[in-house]
Amino acid sequence: MPKITIDGTEHEVDAGMTILQACEQAGKEVPRFCYHDRLSIAGNCRMCLVQMERSPKPVASCAMPVADGMVVYTDTPEVKKMRQGVMEFLLINHPLDCPICDQGGECDLQDQAMAYGMDHGRYKENKRAVEDKHMGPLIKTIMTRCIHCTRCVRFSTEVAGVTDMGLIGRGENAEIVTYLDQAVSSELSGNVIDLCPVGALTSKPYAFAARPWELKKTESVDVSDAQGCAIRVDSRGPEVMRVLPRLNEDVNEEWISDKTRYCVDGLKRQRLDQPYVRVKGKLQPATWPEAFAAVAKAIKGKQGSEIAAIAGDLADCESMLVLKELMVGLGSTNMDCRQDGSKVDPAQRASYIFNSTIAGIEDADALLIVGANPRWEAPVLNARIRKRYLMGKFPIAAIGPAIDLSYPVDWLGEDADILAQIAAGTHPFAEILKTAERPMIIVGSGAVARPDGAAVLGLARQAADAAGAVTADWNGFNVLQRAASRVGGLDLGFVPGEGGMDTGRILDGAATGAVKVIYLLGADEIDTKDLDKPFVIYQGHHGDAGAHVADVILPGAAYTEKDATYVNLEGRVQRGQLAVYPPGDAREDWKIIRALSDTLNATLPYTTLADVRRGLVKANPVFQGIDDIQAAPWGEFGTTGEVSGAFTYPIANFYMTDPISRASATMAECTDEILGGGEGKTGTDG
Amino acid sequence: MLADKDRIFTNIYGFDSPWLDGARARGDWDGTNKLIELGRDKIIDEMKESGLRGRGGAGFPTGVKWSFMPKEIGTRPHYLVINADEGEPGTCKDREIMRSEPHKLIEGALVASFAMGAHAAYCYVRGEFHHEIDCLQRAVDEAYEAGLIGDDACGTGWKFDFYVHSGAGAYICGEETSLIESLEGKKGQPRLKPPFPAGVGVWGCPTTVNNVESIAVAPTILRRGADWFSGIGRPNNVGTKLFNISGHVNQPCTVEEEMGIPLKELIERHAGGVRGGWDNLLCVIPGGASVPVLPKSICDDVLMDFDSLREQRSGLGTAAVMVMDKSTDVIKAIARLSAFYKHESCGQCTPCREGTGWMARVMQRMVSGDAHIDEIDTLEEVTRQVEGHTICALGDAAAWPIQGLIRHFRPEMEKRILDNIARRSAAE
Repeated sequence: MPKITIDGTEHEVDAGMTILQACEQAGKEVPRFCYHDRLSIAGNCRMCLVQMERSPKPVASCAMPVADGMVVYTDTPEVKKMRQGVMEFLLINHPLDCPICDQGGECDLQDQAMAYGMDHGRYKENKRAVEDKHMGPLIKTIMTRCIHCTRCVRFSTEVAGVTDMGLIGRGENAEIVTYLDQAVSSELSGNVIDLCPVGALTSKPYAFAARPWELKKTESVDVSDAQGCAIRVDSRGPEVMRVLPRLNEDVNEEWISDKTRYCVDGLKRQRLDQPYVRVKGKLQPATWPEAFAAVAKAIKGKQGSEIAAIAGDLADCESMLVLKELMVGLGSTNMDCRQDGSKVDPAQRASYIFNSTIAGIEDADALLIVGANPRWEAPVLNARIRKRYLMGKFPIAAIGPAIDLSYPVDWLGEDADILAQIAAGTHPFAEILKTAERPMIIVGSGAVARPDGAAVLGLARQAADAAGAVTADWNGFNVLQRAASRVGGLDLGFVPGEGGMDTGRILDGAATGAVKVIYLLGADEIDTKDLDKPFVIYQGHHGDAGAHVADVILPGAAYTEKDATYVNLEGRVQRGQLAVYPPGDAREDWKIIRALSDTLNATLPYTTLADVRRGLVKANPVFQGIDDIQAAPWGEFGTTGEVSGAFTYPIANFYMTDPISRASATMAECTDEILGGGEGKTGTDG
Repeated sequence: MLADKDRIFTNIYGFDSPWLDGARARGDWDGTNKLIELGRDKIIDEMKESGLRGRGGAGFPTGVKWSFMPKEIGTRPHYLVINADEGEPGTCKDREIMRSEPHKLIEGALVASFAMGAHAAYCYVRGEFHHEIDCLQRAVDEAYEAGLIGDDACGTGWKFDFYVHSGAGAYICGEETSLIESLEGKKGQPRLKPPFPAGVGVWGCPTTVNNVESIAVAPTILRRGADWFSGIGRPNNVGTKLFNISGHVNQPCTVEEEMGIPLKELIERHAGGVRGGWDNLLCVIPGGASVPVLPKSICDDVLMDFDSLREQRSGLGTAAVMVMDKSTDVIKAIARLSAFYKHESCGQCTPCREGTGWMARVMQRMVSGDAHIDEIDTLEEVTRQVEGHTICALGDAAAWPIQGLIRHFRPEMEKRILDNIARRSAAE
């Protein structure tokens, strides 16, 4: 390992590090604007200049690899002067509009100007003004503030994989643009706002909404997809102001999708903030006792087999556990957390999780995607796949309709039969998987929710076995779940018990009258056309599809309003935290069910959240390790049988996949502008 | 003074045919196979011994540069890239070579490529040089036809291809790494070094970028021997050099002379003297737009080579001598250069992007005297803040002319400002 002397003390650092990284390791702070850990090195801001012995010129520490015997100075008066010089240059054409700038308080330029700024300006000429660019409904631009660090350009081309942004012009006239003044066509575009070290790119929906020091910061996890990205919820009073990513190397590095970031305005719309009871065909506001009484009346005298429960995509583990036990208490085994009708095997954990883990994608050396659109079903995970692709030597093939996944893919065809060929070893790609040391198969949640989903699952397992994808230290079989509640629900066994009905049969039963009472725990993605017959209890936070058919509405809490446990698609148990209180009379979901159990004379043995969480561990030991993954043992799952027909992707509109994002005005704008839903609108629309 | 027998570019004025027959008559392509038979190490040693320093401006020893290339050809091919993006204001030597002595360049490219294990050379020609591109391409075609280059260059069995590539007219593309970027089809912006082109150059392969003149003189040096070349000029500043003399002289010209010729002799002997006589001289920019200006007092006895001019805190650069007589508004002249650098800054790194504009604007005001005296110091400091802090040398090039101006003509600048103040107060 090379030894390098930094400010007089010798440090041993890893070969291949840059001076800047070495300085950081040695506890020496080096200011920077353009350098970012996860992006390529540009070396253009020149803020990180340091002095190096035997070098006539100062060196940009971000770009200079360490070599044995280097002697570097970061704190001499000369270095300070250089940085002051660079800072002065950055500021001469930067507007003095900090008081009206949304970056204020969290601005790198502002912070570093405190350390390296001069006490007065020497630049007496006119400042440059740059026209603002249109970058879509999410990114607000004030390009005069831009310091040309090109972080946004590097992010969009490298991480997001879209060549929408660039620097045109030269010298003083250089400008960051989206080439055709169009919205950035990436699901990760919002991250450029975090990357921008100044106020050139800020959040459009959050414009002028709050100052960072006014906000309460709550660390939580995201539920807009199954990845469980680490987020920080910034709130002021009762309002969630914004969501930012949090560092979690194993899950999302430091990226989040635009839906995660921007759907939060949906938390303020169409909320269920008090109980409702349907009286004479119309939902009327009610009190909690009235609503519970209506439920008790409906359930009274019903057989357990006539009662059913379906958990939705955003349900937390605590409420699913409590609801499950309530159903058991009522004698019912009709429950399912798979409202899409997925055929994954609840008894085999390996059949429904992302066994390779998200970080494990980087270790894989061949990939087959089966009927999944990871770009929409888990955008941040897709960025990991792209990251792996950029490392090289990573053949990627996919079965399904050809789409742009932001990396080149060998599209084998659309028909499920191709998977059978690969499983049988007759397809050329089977050979590639076989020769790979760590092959990976990603099966889409939509692919296993087809009527022949169990057979698809079986074939995928066979293909994994045939490719040698499951070894002692590697499991290359993965299901790409897309609902935050799914893995948790399956882990808890929120699935049909002995003789119980699954989602499809519950809905059929509702049509035939076999099911008389249905409890929907935030289930909105089911076909509700036959739900006018049974008595429907809807517990959730948004007036969405489920609430429309409900006979009783029990207002619950959204993910930002409760302390709750979620299990992400890799089987990682994570906890979200309460950032704001539920609106109005709404309550945390497990408490509602617990209170209802009293009314139904099936009192559950939980009085505190800790009780429920002990219950979780009892139901499944995986809940013991928070933020941990427990590897699932490999086993037999899926069925054998004919598969045929083209794969389709389950998500039609990335920006609207759950009750929150469907209620979000920002997501509606994205749908219009980025997905082109706004075409053909007339002046009277909206 | 250089004797005619020591001249390398005997047809630099194009009086004879630049084509193959003419070139052969002048001795080009004579026994090129023998040069190649010397072998790689011998060629590079000979070039090192000759003491040839790069003719593009920085003056880095050419032989040493060649020796940086990997000894063995690995999985990545080697490339020679010839920098013919002659954009330095005042410089017009490479175009003469391409017009009148193209075969010297092509032969040099073959020898240099062989010495560095490159099977291909790319000549990146400034976009405005249409005629030169045509001439060079014709000469290349001739050389292919005569079997001098191609699959079996000069019968040596060495495969060698020569490509002429047209630039698109950006000054910055004369910087070697942005030239490489541009050659790859990208926007011409300098790359960070390290890695250096000899390790990671064009298309990620080991590459050497040489100036046209450095390459074109190589065959003659090898033919006549390193001793001959190093015997001309002063130690460490040897050989012959093409000088371009422009500005207020009676006969502007390009001329091949020995290194270290006194500036005064160069101007008087070859350019017909300064307009109105030597005493009418105000100052000289001795090496293209980016080196500091020299006042007459220094011009009287300075020698035209790398080290002498460096001692005078200027530089030989491309040896483009720009002469200004006493009718010149030197502040305006330098302000024009500042405007040029502002226009040509690529905008990638902060000091150059912001600094060139700042300097150009202040210089603009210095011309009219619309400034304060202490702004001269501020301007000086700004040039120091740019110099050495940028990715490439364009920042230095923008800073040096202003530093030279302030160093030698500060009284002039102060007088302009004071006159302006006086004029304004008189008007009020």
